[in-house]
Amino acid sequence: MADELKDKIREYVVDEYVEEGEDIEVKDDTPLISGGLVDSFSMVSLKLFLETEYSIKIPDERATAEAFDTVNAIAALVREYADA
Amino acid sequence: MSNIGSYDERRNDFDWGQAREELAYDDAPTKNIAYFLAERNCERGLADKVALIWENAAGDATERYTFDEVRLYSNAYARLLRELGIEPGERVCIFMDKIPDLYFSFVGILKAGAIAQPLFSAFREDSLFTRLENAETTAILTMKKLAGRARRIRDKLPALKHVVVVDAGDAEPREGETYFDVYAAAPVKEFDIYPADEETPSVLHYTSGTTGAPKGALHVHGSLIAQYITAKWVLDIRGDDVYWCTADPGWVTGTSYGIIGPWALGATQLVLELGFMPERWYAAIEKYKVTVWYSAPTAIRLLMKEGADVVKRYDLSSLRHLVSVGEPLNPEAVIWSEEVYGLPFHDSFWQTETGCIVISNYPGMRIKPGSMGKPFPAMEAAVLDTKTFEPVKAGTVGLIALRPGWPAMFRQYWKNPEVYKSKFVNGWYICGDRATVDDDGYYWFVGRDDDVINTGGHLVGPFEVESALLEHPAVAESAAVGKPDPVNLEVVKAFIALKPGYEANDRMKLNIINFVRRKLSPIAMPREIEFMASMPKTRSGKIMRRLLKARETGEEIGDTSTLEDD
Repeated sequence: MADELKDKIREYVVDEYVEEGEDIEVKDDTPLISGGLVDSFSMVSLKLFLETEYSIKIPDERATAEAFDTVNAIAALVREYADA
Repeated sequence: MSNIGSYDERRNDFDWGQAREELAYDDAPTKNIAYFLAERNCERGLADKVALIWENAAGDATERYTFDEVRLYSNAYARLLRELGIEPGERVCIFMDKIPDLYFSFVGILKAGAIAQPLFSAFREDSLFTRLENAETTAILTMKKLAGRARRIRDKLPALKHVVVVDAGDAEPREGETYFDVYAAAPVKEFDIYPADEETPSVLHYTSGTTGAPKGALHVHGSLIAQYITAKWVLDIRGDDVYWCTADPGWVTGTSYGIIGPWALGATQLVLELGFMPERWYAAIEKYKVTVWYSAPTAIRLLMKEGADVVKRYDLSSLRHLVSVGEPLNPEAVIWSEEVYGLPFHDSFWQTETGCIVISNYPGMRIKPGSMGKPFPAMEAAVLDTKTFEPVKAGTVGLIALRPGWPAMFRQYWKNPEVYKSKFVNGWYICGDRATVDDDGYYWFVGRDDDVINTGGHLVGPFEVESALLEHPAVAESAAVGKPDPVNLEVVKAFIALKPGYEANDRMKLNIINFVRRKLSPIAMPREIEFMASMPKTRSGKIMRRLLKARETGEEIGDTSTLEDD
């Protein structure tokens, strides 16, 4: 599931947050929030996407800027709640 | 001793003339704000002092700029605008993240005599279009990553003559655009600053209302007098401070107190390109030895959620004074900050229209946690009855009102004289917020007097959100309200009736949320959606937003038959 999961997250991030025509490569460790690609307000839609796509519930207190800052971190969070 | 000394004494002896005197305002060669932020500081021996410490979003690069560099780079921007043919009074939009160019170009626009129109860089095409169209903006200064939004709406904006990209380096410009690199441009040692007077328009900030499109609150160069003295007395900024305002200059706090106030005082200010990230914020306070910190209740409440342990990992002993703005600061936050930082946050109240802080807790004055504080010296405030517009007695809920005439007050809503006029009753400016005042003269915020949603200190107009929602192919009817939220004060909640054939499920929610985010901004995006079979309506067919809001707030709405006649 690991690579598929990261690919899916990456695809969503690129589709939703990378500006049209902008040449940005989103790697597993690319800082999304601290790098200015995803603003902290948009974390809400990213969280809802993960919850809808993977039928999980991420508690608000875990939905921090740090936890959503890279594809790696997001994937780890999803795995944690998918396994719970 | 704080700058203000005794609030009570200043309340008795202060008039705006004292601020003019401190600024040597009447003898200045021009009343242009830009002169006071750049040239004047150089003339009084601060040319080599650091004006701006800037850290990039990744946190791996710091740049420092002196007041002389602010002068030179703003000169370069001013010359660019003149060369492009921008005339005094034309609106020039700044649409950038918090990069140094934002600050230099703001000063440069004022030097050229144009009106600076800063817009939050999270705005998407529709939000940008509404504001550029209304202002008939003639130039937009932006970044590579944001330029696409301007390009996609440019054809619909006949007044927009120039798109200037400021971070494209030496790349070949796209047709019809200007690429400008202020750091590579020929130095402009002297620039003939536009001779503004006190009433010359300076800054146009857009703010949301209950109905209609956002309104442009127009400010003038004379606002400096009030922004200077409030920064000095409320924020307590001094010559040796490192001051950090976390607000984005796309909003009024980010210009009045993120550029004008501190630089008029000749203070060094810190700017982080990064948005909210608790550990990075604490690390920045430690690294840059921040002394005065001006932030917002939402951020403070999020820091509270992070807890006290993380604070212990950083040396925050440089902090001397903390101030908050944007929404009411809850008493728990004041008490927590005193326990954890050793300093209480001082709540301050003002709005886009007021241009400067109007009610506040002052250094040295006893804080009543949860109170907005007291009116700024030389300003007359009152709580008025909602029907008679006469002052009410202590403890009675009414409308916050201010006696017009302070220097930073807005002068008009852009091309909207009727709404501007409606803000004044019985010789008072009506703020649109409800409060009480106690026997000691402290003001206590109760809530908005309209349907405007205050989310994380940003005002969102329900009409704008509802209009965007109705453009979604699946949405038949919609209503947007502010739902109480423990962190953000309110979040945008949308009630939606779908068209036949569309299924109400989580995927549809996500689809609609992202639709609004892409059209307007992440701030206006609903955080919560509730599907309804049909919406409650008045007899004339108007959706009863108040009823839906009352459901969220738990407010007793009483007999709904009166609403049905609205």
